[in-house]
Amino acid sequence: MTWRSPLALLRDAVLSQKAREKELRSLVSNLPFEGLGKSKQPNRFFKPNAIKTNKYTPLFFIPMNLYEQFHRLANVYFVGLAILNFIPVVNAFQPEVALIPICVIMFLTALKDGWEDFRRYQSDKKLNNMPCLIYSRTAKHYIERRWKDVRVGDFVKVVCNETVPADLLLLHTSDPNNVCHIETSNLDGETNLKQRNALPGLCTSNDVFEPESFNCTVVCEKPNNNLNHFKCFVEKPDKEKTGAGIESLLLRGCTVRNTEHAIGFVVYAGHETKSMLNNNGPRYKRSKLERRLNVDVFFCVLLLFIMCLIGSLGHYLWLKNLSDVPSFLVSDSKGHLDSPSLSSFYMFFTMIILLQILIPISLYVSVELVKIGQIFFILTDVDLYDEETDSQVQCRSLNITEDLGQIEYIFSDKTGTLTENKMVFRRCSIMGKDYPHKENANRLALLEETESEENVIFSQSTLSSQASRYDEDSSPVDTHRHGSRHRSKMAVNRQSSMAFSSPLETQVIPDEKLLQQISRSERSSSGISDPYMDFFLALAICNSVVVSMATTQRQRVSSPSHSHKTNNPLESFSVLVKRTGSFWKVFDSPKQNGSSTSAHKRSDDANGVQPRALDTVTLSARPAAASGDVCYEAESPDEAALVYAAKTYGFTLLARTPNSVTVRVPSGEELVFEVLDTLAFDSNRKRMSVLVRHPITGEYVLYTKGADYAIMELLGTPYAEHLSGQQKKIAADTQYHLDCYAKDGLRTLCITKKIVSSREYQSWLADRKRALAAIDGREELMMASAVQLETELTLLGATGIEDRLQESVPDTITALREAGIKVWVLTGDKPETALNIGYACRLMEEGDLVINMSCKNKVTCVSILDCTLEEVRRYHEDPRNVDTTQKISLMIDGDTLAIALSPDLQDRFLDLAKRCRSVLCCRVTPLQKSRVVKLVRDKLKVMTLAVGDGANDVNMIQVADVGIGISGQEGMQAVMASDFAITRFKHLKKLLLVHGHWCHTRLANMIIYFFYKNAAYVNLLFWYQFYCGFSGTAMIDYWLMIFFNLFFTSTPPIMFGIMDKDVSAEMLMGVPELYRTGQGSGEYNFRTFWISMLDAFYQSLVCFFVPYLAYQGSDVDIFTFGTPLNTSSLFIILLHLGIEIKSWTVVHWIIMLGSVALYFIVTLAYSAICVTCNPPSNPYWILQNQMADPMFYLICIISTVVALLPRYTFYVLKNSIAPSPLIQAKHLDRMEPSVRDMWMKEWRSLRGGTEVKESRLSTPPSPTLETSVDFYPGFGDAASFVGEDMSLNVIGD
Amino acid sequence: MGKEKSKSGPLARRPDNSAFKQQRLPAWSPMLTASAVLPFFYLLALICMLLGVWLLLTVQNTQEMKVDYTEAGSCNLCFEMRKNVSNAGQRCTCMIMFSIEKAFKGDVFIYYGLRNFHQNLRRYMDSRDDGQMLGRKSNLKSPSSYCKPFDVDEKGVPIAPCGAVANSMFNDSFILTYYTINGPTVVPLLRKGLTWYTDKNVKYRNPKMDNLTLPEVFEGTTRPPYWQKPVYQLDPFDPNNNGFINDDLLVWMREAAFPNFKKLYGFLYRANKPFTKGLPAGNYSVTISYNFPVQYFKGRKEVVLTTVSWFGGQNHFLPIAYLVTSGLILLTAVVLTVVWWKFGKDGKNMAD
Repeated sequence: MTWRSPLALLRDAVLSQKAREKELRSLVSNLPFEGLGKSKQPNRFFKPNAIKTNKYTPLFFIPMNLYEQFHRLANVYFVGLAILNFIPVVNAFQPEVALIPICVIMFLTALKDGWEDFRRYQSDKKLNNMPCLIYSRTAKHYIERRWKDVRVGDFVKVVCNETVPADLLLLHTSDPNNVCHIETSNLDGETNLKQRNALPGLCTSNDVFEPESFNCTVVCEKPNNNLNHFKCFVEKPDKEKTGAGIESLLLRGCTVRNTEHAIGFVVYAGHETKSMLNNNGPRYKRSKLERRLNVDVFFCVLLLFIMCLIGSLGHYLWLKNLSDVPSFLVSDSKGHLDSPSLSSFYMFFTMIILLQILIPISLYVSVELVKIGQIFFILTDVDLYDEETDSQVQCRSLNITEDLGQIEYIFSDKTGTLTENKMVFRRCSIMGKDYPHKENANRLALLEETESEENVIFSQSTLSSQASRYDEDSSPVDTHRHGSRHRSKMAVNRQSSMAFSSPLETQVIPDEKLLQQISRSERSSSGISDPYMDFFLALAICNSVVVSMATTQRQRVSSPSHSHKTNNPLESFSVLVKRTGSFWKVFDSPKQNGSSTSAHKRSDDANGVQPRALDTVTLSARPAAASGDVCYEAESPDEAALVYAAKTYGFTLLARTPNSVTVRVPSGEELVFEVLDTLAFDSNRKRMSVLVRHPITGEYVLYTKGADYAIMELLGTPYAEHLSGQQKKIAADTQYHLDCYAKDGLRTLCITKKIVSSREYQSWLADRKRALAAIDGREELMMASAVQLETELTLLGATGIEDRLQESVPDTITALREAGIKVWVLTGDKPETALNIGYACRLMEEGDLVINMSCKNKVTCVSILDCTLEEVRRYHEDPRNVDTTQKISLMIDGDTLAIALSPDLQDRFLDLAKRCRSVLCCRVTPLQKSRVVKLVRDKLKVMTLAVGDGANDVNMIQVADVGIGISGQEGMQAVMASDFAITRFKHLKKLLLVHGHWCHTRLANMIIYFFYKNAAYVNLLFWYQFYCGFSGTAMIDYWLMIFFNLFFTSTPPIMFGIMDKDVSAEMLMGVPELYRTGQGSGEYNFRTFWISMLDAFYQSLVCFFVPYLAYQGSDVDIFTFGTPLNTSSLFIILLHLGIEIKSWTVVHWIIMLGSVALYFIVTLAYSAICVTCNPPSNPYWILQNQMADPMFYLICIISTVVALLPRYTFYVLKNSIAPSPLIQAKHLDRMEPSVRDMWMKEWRSLRGGTEVKESRLSTPPSPTLETSVDFYPGFGDAASFVGEDMSLNVIGD
Repeated sequence: MGKEKSKSGPLARRPDNSAFKQQRLPAWSPMLTASAVLPFFYLLALICMLLGVWLLLTVQNTQEMKVDYTEAGSCNLCFEMRKNVSNAGQRCTCMIMFSIEKAFKGDVFIYYGLRNFHQNLRRYMDSRDDGQMLGRKSNLKSPSSYCKPFDVDEKGVPIAPCGAVANSMFNDSFILTYYTINGPTVVPLLRKGLTWYTDKNVKYRNPKMDNLTLPEVFEGTTRPPYWQKPVYQLDPFDPNNNGFINDDLLVWMREAAFPNFKKLYGFLYRANKPFTKGLPAGNYSVTISYNFPVQYFKGRKEVVLTTVSWFGGQNHFLPIAYLVTSGLILLTAVVLTVVWWKFGKDGKNMAD
């Protein structure tokens, strides 16, 4: 290091601060400056790549940690008291001793902080020293350096399977198309490969990239934490600008896959990288119970204040009452006595010190410990474990477990939450003609059945007998078949979670008619401009699916066992095929073995169609043999489903690069389409388009697919104008089909095509380029340019994709509703689809009154709202409906919701909504979702829970009191934002009904008990003040007082808070109604708190005055008097807990008896050892003496009995005369399982809970029957379309 | 990805299906209903009743007698005299007559009682040095700061024993006389063994003698200001009962829990007639060397004679408490029986 003047350093610091603050940064290559001093470096102002996440340095650990710790109010309170103790006029205990508790607490906290910080330091060090390749001008090639050496402006080379060290602007890759695949699982958990493109126009013709020749300036925005967004342009020396976005950025922490190497320019390093900016600590939420707790702590402060005031006043009066100066009034060293008023003022503070534990500071620590324990039990629950994905529930927020027990409203997303989000191509409509794909539907139904059967077998683990039933060709290996098969199926599914390639999704059985139609049209029009061909080409091209070869399975570092698992799918699948073989009977082809049959058959049927391209079964069954087979990696599952559907019909997507798409058409020809542009999907446009140049005709063709309402208004000329008039109503027919599909609960997409003239394209391209290079308002410009092109579309057809309901969703929703929770479903889907799902998942039931609100303007909306509200109120006031539960459901669409959420209408809307049993909002935007949740949460003052799986649910999850993410197919954003992450919707039932209930009751009772415990103990000291002239004397040794709270009575409540079980899990699941006890204020409320405080006063009175009266006038000394007090209060406090504990396990016994034993052992030892260790109050040999005195036992027994008698009697009376539902449930718990089930059933039917059937997508009842209040005239018509294929849906039942 | 568990395989993250982790440990869950707890209530009532009766019978056999001598009889003069601090050095003796109606059988304990004397004031309690009284030489010469203002005298000479507790030691003495037909007999009192064994032998020690006499050991210290004689001359009769192990001092140093208390003064020595069976009925007098002033705190002084039972002195509270509690429990039990009768005998009401 060369010496630099302080002034220069200061100037540099100011400059670098300025440089970092600027909105735009200009970066140039470091290479020309290599070897020069630091002040010459152009990029010296930006942060280096070394990271430091540890907070402390060894030297300043103590002051910094103390500073951190004093941010906690509790510590300040403690230390304040300790300091107070050092003031001689007010001290209550020895100052040194009073310091011990706070020192212990702070030392332990410091130890924990230090250890955590050290761990962070170590991991930082490990990261900083990871090797990477940086280009060096002197060495003329990439040399190995460390991550910490990477600087902004360097050129870094990342080889395959290596982690990216900093945010790199991708300049060059080994791939001929200059693309690079990355996996972002370290950042967001998404395991599908993402494609990133090198910045175009930089690389010279030859394959080698020359960093030294890089003389452009990279201008990028200020670092931000948005992982999906990046704005930058590269300015060449000739002022030509090239725009780049997130698609050219390799983020730090990503892993490069499938690409030999990639070279990038470091844009952001170290703490300025997007991943580091996203790396903020765990979220802190305050639960409802804790808020309530703080209120009560405030009451305690008030109580303490009053007690201290009484003490100080008492002291004043007592002093006033003394006429003279008696010998027991000790003056200070100068023989001076304070005046009564002054000493009573001091006494106030002494009393605070003496009675300090009335403020239950240890409660906060205990609550945290209890929550850790509760989370441990939630995490270890095997029922919340999902075998398919090998994942358990995640608790991301550590302090709101008890909120799970108080939920009143659930807001649920539909796709991926209620449904599987495993998209399966079901049917399509082309040119106004519906192709129902009946066989495909049959296959799905069968597949489902076998799946569930298999689960049963696995859980029973009865191997051999069933095995032979399915495996006719059972070999000796087959004894292990079931276990391995199940496991292998999981492996398949796990694989599918990253690649969407489970057999369910990859396989589509083609519709015969459609196959014939294709082959016909292929013959007739040689595959150029036939609508059928176009339709499937659109399916194959218009997407962002990445193709990877099945043989080059990428290796995942995180799961080394992966390789052996990949062999299993074929075994399992062949079995599956055999079992589902029955559906092959549908085809009138000779019965043979599964795979060959299909191949044979299809080659028969679609002559001219390449059998290999068609045969999807062989794909899965023989991956090793079929080396040319492809795997698709899609970001959204419906895209994959469409590509697989296209593949079934012979249009196989073979490769995709940024500039081209290769598709094999049925004729076997491989067409390479030049991709001119891709207009990606966004939630505003609701569509995506791909502009390609057709290899044969050379036309510019725009394929667009999107939601029907987003497409229908953009339609221009119908396809093939020259065709007859009948065909011209394609749009109307397709719309009809779309509505049918939606009724079936299918997701619909419209497929269109547009031929763009070359002139039109050129003018558009100019606009597009401007938009790309823009930094300000780039999104708007991009969007405008996309909209500009997507007009005058020609409708080809529509697809229907099925998204199956998750396992036991109806059961879960019924249970949640019985538990008094209102379930709202918020979905972006069409009303028809949503309604169908609503019925299928039993959100609404037959016989429900469904209110459908849909209106375009505010006036109608207001009138509808008023009318409905009036009607609903009338319905409720009707005496006939008093005893029936609310059976009204509300259905509202996004536009109407927007109106209803306006400030003047929201109260009326809420009034209506809260009278409804369930609410279904469709076509809502993510923002609306969060607004609805926020509105309900704030206005109705209820506990809300939001559950969702996708990025569009993130807002809602964050707004709700409890956010639950479902880790499913749509990435991890929802999970990252959530408080709890589960894998299946059905887990919600146990999570809420069992764990929520338990956590709530446990914590609530624990907190109440804690308040009681401290109050009861402290009051003993308070009562004594009346007999010692309010002088702040404690009759219990101070050490023993500390021990009492720290050791003797601290573990039992914590154990109680973690392990107590009021009702068994089976009972809570069986009778969801029990959940209602926690709703509203729950078990911990104003009443229970004050009752327990009163009880504490009573018990302390007994505990003090029984010994007092017994020893009155005797020669007892003060610490001897304190011993039975201390002992009997221990018994009272522990036995009080004993009354509260609902079930005693061995752990309970050990801890309770252990606490008593510990008390005696520690106290006896302390009394035996301590002759003068605690000077003024030496408890030497006191307990020993007392234990030899029968009086001690007589006092302990009587005070314990008298103190606990009222509470015990009250419980017994209450449980005998008016048992709460929980007590009744507990009673049922003790019965024989069979008897219990009978009672449980009876109970549920008694309370109007309906019998729950295992039902999957059932036929929705004809809406015209039950929608007596239907304000949406169009809907009734649409609802009457119950297509002929309705029957398909009920097969599963 | 760092925390890959050692387990691998498809179910690597599956939680253990153990009873503890699944919260299925076998548990005893008591039902707090009338039917379940009735036997317990009756049993508890019975136990309390029996204990109460036993205690009551025991207490019936004990006797207690309190003689308040604050300003009774000739002590009135002494009381007036002690009002004036300047007379502190003067001796004052007075006598009180009393009679015992019923003989005290067995061991008789003689206490002195004080009323309204707050030995339990925090500052007073702390004003002592246990280290000094344990015989530590360093503490003897420089008493703990807790003793202030009674740690050193005006000249800076350390006080032994230091502190307000020792300073305010009760210093009246009593001579009990029994008037028989043959004339007055002094009731023999045993004034040893008044303290806990551990106090006399462990907690309080004289400083190491090292072949010195007790006065030599205490040289360089002075007596507490309210005392008439130094600590090594407390017991003029028994040289082993002097210094920090004087029984009276030790009894006083064990601070009373309440402002009204009594402290052991001596036992009846029962070796000779007529006291072999206790104190016979008849007329007695107590001669008091009246030194302790009480008028500053409106206090009273008394002499207490009592016999003891197996659970301490005469105590009417405990038997009554047990009997009342027993009655309460019985009442509750009866109520619960009615409840049990009315509201289903084995929880059949659950079905309602």
